[in-house]
Amino acid sequence: MEVLLGITGKDYCIIAASKAAMRGATILKASDDKTRSLNKNTLMAYSGEAGDTVNFAEYIQANIQLYSMRNASDLSPYEVSSFVRSELAKALRSRNPYNVNLLLGGFDSIKEKPELYWIDYLASSAKVPYAAHGYAQYYCLSLLDKHHHPDIDFEQGMKILRMCTDELKRRLPIDFKGVVVKVIDKDGVRELEYIDDKQILAP
Amino acid sequence: MARRYDSRTTIFSPEGRLYQVEYALEAISHAGTALGILATDGIVLAAERKVTSKLLEQDTSAEKLYILNDNMICAVAGWTADANILVNYARTQAQRYLLTYNTDIPCEQLVRRLCDLKQGYTQHGGLRPFGVSFIYAGWDNQRQFQLYQSNPSGNYGGWKATSVGANNASAQSLLKQDYNEECNLKQACELAVKVLSKTMDSTKLSAEKIEFATVGRTAKGTIYHHLWGADEIEALLKEHGLGKQPEAEDSRA
Repeated sequence: MEVLLGITGKDYCIIAASKAAMRGATILKASDDKTRSLNKNTLMAYSGEAGDTVNFAEYIQANIQLYSMRNASDLSPYEVSSFVRSELAKALRSRNPYNVNLLLGGFDSIKEKPELYWIDYLASSAKVPYAAHGYAQYYCLSLLDKHHHPDIDFEQGMKILRMCTDELKRRLPIDFKGVVVKVIDKDGVRELEYIDDKQILAP
Repeated sequence: MARRYDSRTTIFSPEGRLYQVEYALEAISHAGTALGILATDGIVLAAERKVTSKLLEQDTSAEKLYILNDNMICAVAGWTADANILVNYARTQAQRYLLTYNTDIPCEQLVRRLCDLKQGYTQHGGLRPFGVSFIYAGWDNQRQFQLYQSNPSGNYGGWKATSVGANNASAQSLLKQDYNEECNLKQACELAVKVLSKTMDSTKLSAEKIEFATVGRTAKGTIYHHLWGADEIEALLKEHGLGKQPEAEDSRA
């Protein structure tokens, strides 16, 4: 029951990932950060098989950082997404595929546009205005369909995110311990304070 | 004395020189001239083709200008056979990059990959270095239009206007004199033929003797590269009064 959410707006991309680290029905940790920043303006959130996720994320992070060092320039979010997809696709057809689902949020500094990519463990990649992985899809996509608009400002985006997390709390049978929220914009990646200790009751 | 250090590429002479690399450079300075000029809206590459025989099929292929990629072309001076190996390598590397990142390889990266290969032959023994210098013209969205030059040692650099091959010193000084940073592609083409006409041995230029290529931007904003046909080169020469005189052809007939 891991939650990954992504919302793009006018000049930013918000990524939210649940804080619970789970093994079966047990919660091991309530402050897990399921994101890695790859370069100055891309952030990857991951969910899936426990060992695979971090291993794959660190492998990607190391390679993207190596590229930045070697070439003194960062890959754009689109290029990062293509690289990630090609690595997943390669692994998928090997003896040891990764079981990892990803959201890749970024800000393209040349086009000056935020971008969000939805990538799953079968190496499908899609550029989307908003996205969710796992059970969060069932509850949040309808909300996002209704309220999202490509030109929404940051406050509006956070308001939609709040609606999503409230709905998840209301309907998901297991507590996911709130979310880590990060924003990617022209200034890079930063973490946001996100208060979610308020109890939300099902009707 | 020097002979002792001549035969192997990887051994420094007591004066600190790599003779095989210098000999490769020397070989290139006898090859047909090639030059490149950077303009505000594009790049022109031009090369002298040394016509060896009248019987040689002329128009089957470009001999000194090659397409590396959707956004890059290059001119060659030196051993064409060596160039073919490197051009093939460059094309493979460009496609490999395209496969993983879904974007054309940035110009400098492709130049660097080729130069890393060239450098290897100045260090790992047993083989001779590649006897070719390249001039690369390309575009990428980080640095827009770019012109590079590389030589057998594996060194490369970015240029505004440059030349390699026979008479490259005089071509270089002509370029230095007449190059204008604000020139457009048309003016750059004019400068290219003028420089070639002065540095080439033959008195009159013709489409059989030179090759021409441009990288530029279409009206829609997409990047194109274009290897010129004989008729286009002839038209350019005529425009600048450098083509064959019509009466000269009459008298021969």
